[in-house]
Amino acid sequence: MLRYVLRRLLTAIPTLFVIVTLAFFLMRVAPGGPFNQEKGLNPVIKANLERVFHLDEPLWKQFLFYLQNLLRGDFGPSYNLPDFTVGEMLYDGLKVSAQIGGYALLLALIFGTALGVVAALNQNRGSDYAVVALATAGSTIPTFVIAPLFQLFFALTLHWFPVGGWGGGAFVNKVGPVLTLMLPQLAIVARLMRGSMIESLHAHHIRTARALGLSDFAVVVKHAMRGAMLPIVSYAGPAAAALMTGSVIVETIFQIPGIGRYFVDGALNRDYTLVMGTVVLIAIFTVLFNLIVDILYAVIDPRVRYD
Amino acid sequence: MTDVPMSPVPAEKGRSLWADAWARLKANRAALWSAWYLVFMALLCVFGPWFTPHQFTTIYQDYNRVPPSFSAYPKPGMIDLAVRDAVQRARVQLAGWEEKDGKILITITSAKPIDERMTRYIDRSSVFEETQVVQKSADSLKLVMSTSLEKQYFFFGTDNSGRDMLTRTLMAGRVSLAIGLLAGLVAVVIGVLYGASAGFIGGKTDEVMMRIVDILYALPFIFFVIMLVVFFGRNFVLMFLAVGAVLWLDMARIVRGQALSIKRQEYVQAAEALGVNHWGILIRHIVPNLLGPVVIYMTLLVPQVIILESFLSYLGLGVQEPMSSWGVMISQGAKNMPSANWLIAIPSFFLTTTLFALNFIGDGLRDALDPKDR
Repeated sequence: MLRYVLRRLLTAIPTLFVIVTLAFFLMRVAPGGPFNQEKGLNPVIKANLERVFHLDEPLWKQFLFYLQNLLRGDFGPSYNLPDFTVGEMLYDGLKVSAQIGGYALLLALIFGTALGVVAALNQNRGSDYAVVALATAGSTIPTFVIAPLFQLFFALTLHWFPVGGWGGGAFVNKVGPVLTLMLPQLAIVARLMRGSMIESLHAHHIRTARALGLSDFAVVVKHAMRGAMLPIVSYAGPAAAALMTGSVIVETIFQIPGIGRYFVDGALNRDYTLVMGTVVLIAIFTVLFNLIVDILYAVIDPRVRYD
Repeated sequence: MTDVPMSPVPAEKGRSLWADAWARLKANRAALWSAWYLVFMALLCVFGPWFTPHQFTTIYQDYNRVPPSFSAYPKPGMIDLAVRDAVQRARVQLAGWEEKDGKILITITSAKPIDERMTRYIDRSSVFEETQVVQKSADSLKLVMSTSLEKQYFFFGTDNSGRDMLTRTLMAGRVSLAIGLLAGLVAVVIGVLYGASAGFIGGKTDEVMMRIVDILYALPFIFFVIMLVVFFGRNFVLMFLAVGAVLWLDMARIVRGQALSIKRQEYVQAAEALGVNHWGILIRHIVPNLLGPVVIYMTLLVPQVIILESFLSYLGLGVQEPMSSWGVMISQGAKNMPSANWLIAIPSFFLTTTLFALNFIGDGLRDALDPKDR
C-alpha cells in the first residue's frame, strides 16, 4: 500500500510539471502585462518594476526562475497587491474556501446518499419521484440564480442571514454560501446513489443475504450500500478538489474572501504569479484527492488491491 | 435498364432502430412537452422582438424600473412628477396642471416672455405627446398648453435605464440560445473528429492524442476560458467559438470509446468480409452507431454552454451592452434585488425553464437511443 502511494505521488510530478509549464506559457502569450494599466505608467517606472520582478529577462529564464522558487515552496510576490506574497494570499483564501467547500461537500454527501437510498428503496413511488425532481432541479438551476434568490428570500425579506460578507467566519455568514454550493452537489450525489443503489439491490449477493434471513437494515446498510458507494467515492474526489479551491460565483455573490475570486482577478490583471499559484494549488488538490479516492476504493471494495 | 416490375406482395416492413427510438421518444411525455416548449421559446425569441412595441435599446427616461403591468403607462400617480420634470427642464415655473377630457392642461409662468416652442420640452418627455399651445397671455409671461398622454405598455416592466424588459428578455434569449447552439456545435465537431480519428487510427497515435486530452483535462477549466476571453477580447462570436473549442474534451473521449468498440463489432467484420470499402463501412455502420451518443451529448452540452456564457457574463466577461443575454440580465437584476425583483425573476424564469427543457430532452433522447440504461 505504502509503495503504491509513493509511486502515485511520484507519477504526479510529471503531470504537475506539464500543467505548470502550460499555464506559465499560456499566461505569457496573452497580450498585456501586470503593469499595463489603463492610465499608463511612466515608462521609467514600468521598466524599473519589470526589472525588479525579472519580467525583462527572456521567457525561458523567467520560467526556470519560477520553477526554482516553486520547488522551494515560494510562490513569489503578487504584482497587483504588492503588500502580500502569493503564498500568504493563497493560505488566507484557502482557509475560507476549504471551509465553505468542505462543509458543502460533506452535507451533500450525507444528505445526497440518504436521499438516493430512500429513492432506490421506493423505486417508482412518490418519494422516489420527489427525490428525482429535487435532483433535476438542483442540477439544472444555475448557482448564480439560486444564490441571489437565497439572498432575496432569507436575507433581504426574512432577515435570517446576512446578505454577504465573511464576518470572521461566523455561522450565519456561512449558511448561504454553503447551501448554494451544496445544492448542485446534493443533486448529483442523490442521482448517482439512486442509480447505483438500484443496481446494487438487484445483485446476487443481496438476494443471497435476504435468503439467509438478514434484517433489512443489515442488507441495505452493510451489503447493498457498501457496493453502491463506489461511484459516490469516485465522484467525491474531483468534487472535493474543485469545491475546496473555491467557487468564483458563490464567493463573488456572497462577497467571501476565498481563492475563487483571486483566480479570475489574477487572470484579468495578468497577475502572473497569483494565477500560477492558484493553478498549482488546484492541480495539487486534484492529484491528492484522486489518490485518496483510490485508497478509499481499496478500503470499501475488497476486490480492489494495490499490491 | 428496364423497369423491374414491383413485386405484388409488399415485403414485411421491418422497424429500424431509429423508428424504435422515435416511438420511445414520443412516449416520453416530459421530453415531448420540453421539445414543444423549446420550439416555442426559440420562435418567441427569434421573432418576438419584431412584434413588441419597443426597441431593445430605446430608453424611456420617465420609466426607470417601473414594475410589470398589463395596463398602460403612465399610471395616474406618475403624471404629476412627469409634468414637474418636463417643466423644470424647460426652466419655467409651473403654475398648475389639470386633467380634462383625457388631455392634460399645463399652465406655466416665467419672468421672461415664453417662447411657444416651449412645447418641445414637454414632448421630449416619454409621458406626453402632441403638445399644443392653448392660451397665451398678452405679455407672453403665462402660457397654457394642452398635451395628451402617450400610452406605453411594459408587460415585463422596465430596467434600470428605462428600457423595455420584454424586448430585452427576448433579445437576450436570442443571444443565449444562439451561443448555446454555436458553441455546442463547435465542441461536437471538434470532439467527433478528434475522437473518431484517435479511435480508428488506434495504436501509438491514439495513445498520444488521448494523453493530450488528459493533460488538457488537468488544467483548470475556468483558467482556460478566461485565457480565451483575454485573447479574443469582447468579440462574442469568436469568444464562443473558443468556448466550444474548450468543451470538446468529453465528446472526444466518448466518441473514441465508441469508435473503438464499434470497430471490433461483428457486423463491421462481416461488412469487411463482404468486401465493403472503408467509406461504405464508415457511412453505413459506424456513423449511425456513433450518432446516438453524439446527439445525446449535444443536447446536454447546449445547457452547459448557456450556463457557462451566463457565468462569464456574470463576471462581466461575456456579452457587452447594449446587447444582452440571460446571464447579463440576471447579474444586473441581482444588483437591484430588493426594490425591483422582476429584474431578476423574469430572466431567471426564462433561463431556468429553458435549461429544464433541454435537460428533459437530453434525458429523453438517452432513454430512447440507449434503452438498456433504463
